[in-house]
Parts: sequence; C-alpha cells; structure tokens
Amino acid sequence: MQPTSHAFRENARAGLADPVLQRALGLARTGFPARRLQAIGRLPEFEALREEGRRIKDETLAALDFYLQRYEQSVVAAGGRVHWARDAAEARDRVLEICRAAGARVVAKGKSMVAEEIALNDHLEQHGITPIETDLGEYIIQLRHEPPSHIIAPAIHLMKEQVAETFRAAHAALDPARPLAEPRQLCEEARTVLRPRFLAAEVGITGANFLVAETGSSIIVTNEGNGDLSQILPRVHIVLAGIEKIVPTFEDAATLLRLLARSATGQEFSTYTTVSTGPRRVGDLDGPDEYHVVLLDNGRSAMLGGEFHAMLRCLRCAACLNHCPVYAAVGGHAYGWVYPGPMGAVLTPALVGLREAGHLPNASTFCGRCESVCPVKIPLPNMMRHWREREFADGLSRRAYRSGVRIWAWLAQRPRLYHALAEAAGRLAGWFGRPRGRFRSLPFASGWTLVRDMPAPQGSTFQSLWSRRRGERQTWWRKGSSS
Amino acid sequence: MPEPARVGLLITCLVDLFRPNIGFAAVALLERAGCTVEVPRSQTCCGQPAYNSGDSADAKAIARQVITAFAGYDYVVAPSGSCAGMVKVHYPELFADEPAMRARAEELATRTHELVSFLVDVRGMREITARWPKRVTYQDACSGLRELGVKPQPRLLLASVAGLRLVEMPGAEVCCGFGGTFCVKYPEISDKMVGDKAAEIAASGAEAVLAGDLGCLLNIAGKLLRLGIRIEARHVAEVLAGMTDAPALGAPGR
Amino acid sequence: MAQRVVELSARDDILAAIRRGLGRGALPADRAAALDARLAAHKRNLVPARAAALDRRGRIDLFVAMAEEVQATVARVTAAADVPGEVARYLAAENLPAELVMAPDPAIDAIPWHERPLLQIRRGKADVADAVSLTPCVAAIAETGTLMLASSAAAPTSLNFLPDTHIVVVRAGQVVAGYEDGWDLVRDQTGEKPAAMPRTVNFITGPSRTGDIEQRIELGAHGPRRLHIVLIDPPPLPPVGAGQGDGDAAPVA
Repeated sequence: MQPTSHAFRENARAGLADPVLQRALGLARTGFPARRLQAIGRLPEFEALREEGRRIKDETLAALDFYLQRYEQSVVAAGGRVHWARDAAEARDRVLEICRAAGARVVAKGKSMVAEEIALNDHLEQHGITPIETDLGEYIIQLRHEPPSHIIAPAIHLMKEQVAETFRAAHAALDPARPLAEPRQLCEEARTVLRPRFLAAEVGITGANFLVAETGSSIIVTNEGNGDLSQILPRVHIVLAGIEKIVPTFEDAATLLRLLARSATGQEFSTYTTVSTGPRRVGDLDGPDEYHVVLLDNGRSAMLGGEFHAMLRCLRCAACLNHCPVYAAVGGHAYGWVYPGPMGAVLTPALVGLREAGHLPNASTFCGRCESVCPVKIPLPNMMRHWREREFADGLSRRAYRSGVRIWAWLAQRPRLYHALAEAAGRLAGWFGRPRGRFRSLPFASGWTLVRDMPAPQGSTFQSLWSRRRGERQTWWRKGSSS
Repeated sequence: MPEPARVGLLITCLVDLFRPNIGFAAVALLERAGCTVEVPRSQTCCGQPAYNSGDSADAKAIARQVITAFAGYDYVVAPSGSCAGMVKVHYPELFADEPAMRARAEELATRTHELVSFLVDVRGMREITARWPKRVTYQDACSGLRELGVKPQPRLLLASVAGLRLVEMPGAEVCCGFGGTFCVKYPEISDKMVGDKAAEIAASGAEAVLAGDLGCLLNIAGKLLRLGIRIEARHVAEVLAGMTDAPALGAPGR
Repeated sequence: MAQRVVELSARDDILAAIRRGLGRGALPADRAAALDARLAAHKRNLVPARAAALDRRGRIDLFVAMAEEVQATVARVTAAADVPGEVARYLAAENLPAELVMAPDPAIDAIPWHERPLLQIRRGKADVADAVSLTPCVAAIAETGTLMLASSAAAPTSLNFLPDTHIVVVRAGQVVAGYEDGWDLVRDQTGEKPAAMPRTVNFITGPSRTGDIEQRIELGAHGPRRLHIVLIDPPPLPPVGAGQGDGDAAPVA
C-alpha cells in the first residue's frame, strides 16, 4: 500500500475525533495488557525465556547468510523451491509467475504483513487473479477497502455494527432480514461464505512466523485455522516471508513460540501452530503438489550491523502496539502504512524512508512500555531516537524545533548566563503568575496552553535561593570543594 | 544510619525554574538521611531535550559539563527519574564511541540516583516522620519506573506519612503524555493522554496526586486546572519532607 | 532462462548485502562447520518446569486440565475397546449424526468399531460435507494441552480442519511434557531428513476461534468448533507384592 505516514498529524487528528474508533480502541487497550499479564504470571520462566529469545535471534542474525543457505538446501531437499526477492517488485513478480504457471484464478490468503508490505493483492487483481483474504479481520477490511490497523488483529478499529453493515452490503445474496447483531452471527456468516472460496482456490499464500533452517519448514500461527485451509486444499502453496524470519532449529522455534502467543494475545499457545515442510509426500491423501517460498529482502539486509539491527529480531507479536499509549490514542491507521505502533515507528522509516515516515519515531514520549513488553527485548525507544538523530543531522526536522533545541543547548553550556536568564524569567513569570497561580495562555507556548494551564513558577530559581541561603558569592567552577 | 555521605544535588532545570520548593525538600530529606548536600553551580540541564531531539552533539557537550560538575561527590541525586535516568542510563550510551568519556560516564552512573530510591535503597530509609492527612494517588513517572525501577520506594515511605491514605489508579504506570517536546509537537495526542490521566485521577477519589517528576506534574496539574478538577498536585519529596505549606502546583499565592 | 538468471542474481545480491551489513565475507569453513554441528545437535533451550517437573500421572492430569481450559472436551476411557462407545455417546450428546470420516491409521483401525455398527464410518481424507472426523495423534503435550498431529498416508491433514467436529484419540502413553519431546518423536520416525518429514505437523490447542470482532472470542472460525479428545488411560497395574501385607507399598501410577 502507498504510505501516508507523512500525513500522520492529520491522520492522528482524524483518529482522535472518531468516536467509534475511540470506543474500539478502549476495548483493546485494557484487554490485551491484562491478558498478557495473566499469561506471563503463570510462567515463572518468562523473563528467562525473553533473554533466550533475544539470544537466539541475535545469534541467527549474526550468521543470517549461512542459515538462509541451509534453509534453502533443506527446502529443496524436502521437494520445495525457494525464490529470492530483493524488493517488493521482485516479490510481486515471483508470486505472480507462480500463480500464472498454476493457472490460478483465485488465491486463498492467510494473514501476511509481508503481502501488505509489497501490495500483493492489488498486483494480483491487476493481472486478473482474485485474492481472497481468509483471516476474518483481513476479510472484513478487504471488503471495506481499508488497510489493516494492527498487525495481528487487522479489524480491531471496528465495532460489530460496522462489520454487520459491511457484511450486509457485501453478501447481498443472503436474506436481508437475517440477524447480524452479535459477533457469533458474524463469524458464522464469514465461515459459511469463505468455505467454498478455500475450495475454489488453486493457490494458497501464507506468511510465516518462523522459517526453520534445520528442516526447511515454515511455521504459521493462527487461531482460526484459515492459514491451514489455505495451504492444504489448493494445489500450490506459496510462503511469503522476510529473510529475518529464519531460526536455526525447531527447538529455537519452540522457545520463540512460548513467547509469541503470551505476548500477543495472552494465550498459552495459539490454537493452530502449523509446521509445513515441502509439498505432499508420496502416499499423502491431501496437501499441495507444489511448495514455494518467496524470501523478501526489501531493506532488511540494509538494517544488519547498523543502528537498527535489533529491529530484525521482531516476532510481529504486537505487544508493543498493545501497550503503547500513543497507539491507544490514535489507532493504527494514523501511522499510514502496514506497520503501526512502536515497531512501525522503527521499521517504517527503514523500509519507506525517513522523509516519508519521519513523524512516526517523533510521535513518542519514550515512556518505554514497548521495550518492557517486547519478548525479544528490542530497544525500541533508542532506535526511535536514532531516527531523530538522523533527521536532525539531515536537517529534516522542523526549523523551529531545531532552533529551539540549539538555543536551549547553547544557553545550558553557559551557566552564568543561563542562571541569570532563568532567574529573570522565573521572577517575571512568577510576578505575573502567582496571583492566579497559573497561566491560561502563553504566547510562545500555545501548544501547551491550548489544552491545559501552565502552573506559574514560584519566582526566584532554586539556584538563586540556594546561594542566597548560603549567603555567599558563587564560584562558577567547583572542583570538588564546597559551593 | 549509614556512613555520612557527600551528595551533589542535580537540581534539574524544571525544579530550578518552576518549583524550588522541591529542591529544598530534597535537601531536607537528604540531610535527614545523613548526607551533606552541595549544589554545583555550573549545572544547568542534564541535556535530555537535546538528546531526545536527536541533537547528540549538544547532548554530549552538556553531558561533559555535568560529568565535570559532579566529579568527586559520593553520590549524585536528582528529584527526577528522567534526569537521573538520563545521567545513569543514557550518558554511557551517548559516549559509546568515546572510550575515555564513556568510562567517566559509567563511573558517574554508578554514583547517580533518583531521590526517593536513593533514600530507600542506598540510605536504608524505611519510614519518615511526616504528616499529611489526605487521600492520595501516585503517578509512576515513566523513566523512573522503567529505567530506574522506582515503584515500591515512594509507596514505602508514603505509607509511613501520618494520616495519608494511598489509593492506586489502575493506570498508574501509563504515560501521562508529557514526553518533553512531544507535548508541544503532538498536542492533540498529548491532550488525549493527559485528559485520560486526569479522568482516572478524578475517578480514584484522591484529593491529591503525587509523582517524582516535575515534568509529569506540570502536565497533569495543568490539565486538572483546565478541567476545573480540584485535586492538588505536588512532588512526592514535598510531602515526605513535610513541606506542604507552599501552594500546590498551579495554586495561587506564594 | 532469463528468470532463473534474475533469481540467481537476486540470491547473490541478498547474500552479499547481508555479508556487507555484517562486515565480513562468507563464513570461514570452521565457523560454518560449528554452526552445522549446532544444527545437528538441535540442543534444547530453557524448557519450563511446568510439565517437565511432573511425573507421568501429573503430566496426564495437566494435559487434561490445560486442554479443557481452551474449550476442548476430554473423555477418559480405560481401554481401546471403550472408544467406539464413547464416540457414539458423544455424537448423540452433541446431537450430531452418527457418521464420521476416519484416518486410515492402523492403530485406529485396531479399535473394535464393529461393536458399534450404527456408527457410519468412512476412511480417507475429509470432504466438505463431512461433519465429524476422527484421527490419532503423534503426542499430547501437557505444557499447554496441545495435540501434535502429523500428516502421512494414514493421517490426511484435512481431517483436522474441514469438519465441524474433530475427535482425537490419545493414548496416555502419548502424553509428553513439552513441544520438544513431541518433535523428537517425529525426528525418530523420519531420521531427520527433510524429505522424510511429514508435510504438515499441526500443534492444535483447542477448537478454532477468533477474537477479531470487538475482542470477543467465538469458536469455530474456520477450523472445527468442537475438539473432543478421547484419552485411553488404563488403570494402573497393581504393584508387585501388593496384598501381601506390605503396608508401605503404594500403587504405581
């Protein structure tokens, strides 16, 4: 999808002003954290597993070329094929070729953020192939022509009334008088409508949570089972995955899987964790005839060894989104692309550029909640700060802020001047402000006083009062002697 | 009572400018904990605004100044989790590529503490003699909480304040929306966050909200005042030191 | 031909870009050999004590408790001969027709289905019209109440997903502590060769569900909405020497 991250401010404003979205976000922002806490409360080893997860990912990234090669060898040994794609265009081309060779008219899709990243659906449709989203949330937003707003719960921004409205419009053949007020009824309808689509598809496309180098397997995790139906019924199974999804062994995947569901939804384990290895074997009664893996780079290799290396550990669990107060305020669409929330704030500039996505790492208070819940300990605020450093160095940040910060820093390095100015400002503001105790408006701080009062300073600064209390003249340099 | 110690007070730019009362409360508390307190005159700011804006050159320059100013003290204590965190956690990161400065930054980091956690974890304080008969809720300022582990210590000391009753907010650990320049760069988002915070404070039934960071308190107090919610906001040090005669944040008078 | 050239150069470019990022060329042979050894050793990482620290009986009980927690239903029987009766009972209780499609698996075939002639049984893969399936499993994982199933000529995967109701027969001896234990069973069977691995290994924890609408959990999204586990758990054999006045002897679990 085309990024609109440059319009983050406007998008965020729209999100804040949307009462239905705000109601939907309200449900999510208390639900997810509580469930996660409950799940990790039942697993005493959780903190130790986080450290294991970090270690496994870091060790793999340090030998990513080796593990990718071993993975390819294993896939081929299992009867599959690996296709390498440097960028989104190549990945689209590879997928299209495979679909055409299979004579596909309909493609069943499990949820894949990488597919969103490369804008696969539009590409297939332009070439006369119909992609059917099978994940319920993805299906709903496909009908609404909306992008996903969350990486594991794509329709989290919607309330059930909106889903019902969408289904009534899209499933026109069904009885208009049917009840659709409850999630139960909506799920039933989706299941009934989508079932024949799985059966009609010649190709099934899934993402991958993990690719296992040892066996050439791909692992997907769902609760619905749609990813499974997408890959066992059609003749051809395509796995679409970023190169960073590799892990060495099944044991390594097991450790990460123990972290994944607990961090994502607070479940002990997702309903379906499926390990797929190659096409059907001789004698199998079902399964695909062909197994293809499209490995996508699209900017990931450029992150290796640099400031954003740790971002490649990401498991796409969405814990950071679920705990982010900014995401909870504005919702996922505000971020303007595939990856919202803190992980999106770090990843999006790496994949689409800082000019387009600069707002994202700036729209953070660095509260640190994301890093504290990340199952693989990605230092997200630090990496957002690195983006800010690049912006500052490239002159991309707004002039007013750059000047303001530089002036402040200039003053801060001149203590005598600083203290004098601070004293003057404190006394002045205190003189004006003390009677009421606060300012309702301040000419140069309208961003603040538009929505809140500014408490007035007490008057003289602490430094002045302290030195007065001490009754001494000040020395400006102290070298370990009393001041 | 542990050994006497010489403490350099990192006053923080916000406390210096807006609310010296907090500084004097910190001094009183530190003296009560057996410390002698000095206030290096050459300090101005910890450099966080520059650092978080991506201006690492200026941040480093300010950091060098701070490192020099606080050389030789047994401890460096700040009445702020974010400023203490800046020095303790981020100064070494700032100088990751300069081994000599990094060593000095790491050395300073070992001596640097947030005020309340210093009193409890380093000086062994378990209770305080103070009185403030109010129903109080506590906001866990983010940096102090997540960078420095400040959570049980203020609650421990507040529990011994005569007459004080602590009512916890479910979202005590959720960010108030200050975030330094964030609140002026993205004012609508900040407003949503602080509006939610104000509502939660009001819903807690508290008469006062306390925190360990003045930035958060200015943000929260400003919103409570704008909404006409009569809940007073103070820094936890003021209550612990018994210095609650001064008007609360944003309240009229001297 | 041109496509293959593009693909090969894409592969080379990506590997080169990775090496550039990591600041080195291809891994030296000794390092690669060490990593190959790591792959071959497939050492376990930290395994939680939850199931691993339990004895056999504890694991079985944990498996049942965890499976029920995720809305699977569990029926314990004492012998394989009791399975047809339990299946018939379950289908009647759920108001389902007495028809099922079954995995053509020898262990399942050995169950005396003829004792329930009213059960209509077809063997093979699942069809859209099938309402109930019955399969064996490779292992039952106590840690999270998870069933491990592997595809084969005798166990088509569609049985696990197409029908609305999925019945799985588990022998108590198949209950293991964790996922790694289950995976080792697959490795044992396949000799660790990718070509010999099952096409699909499913780890199934409860019936299909979604929380995509207002976070309310609904069962039966695309996969089965009912997962019924029939656990063959024979009573313990009496210990040697019991009933001979040895007051300290306790029954072996």
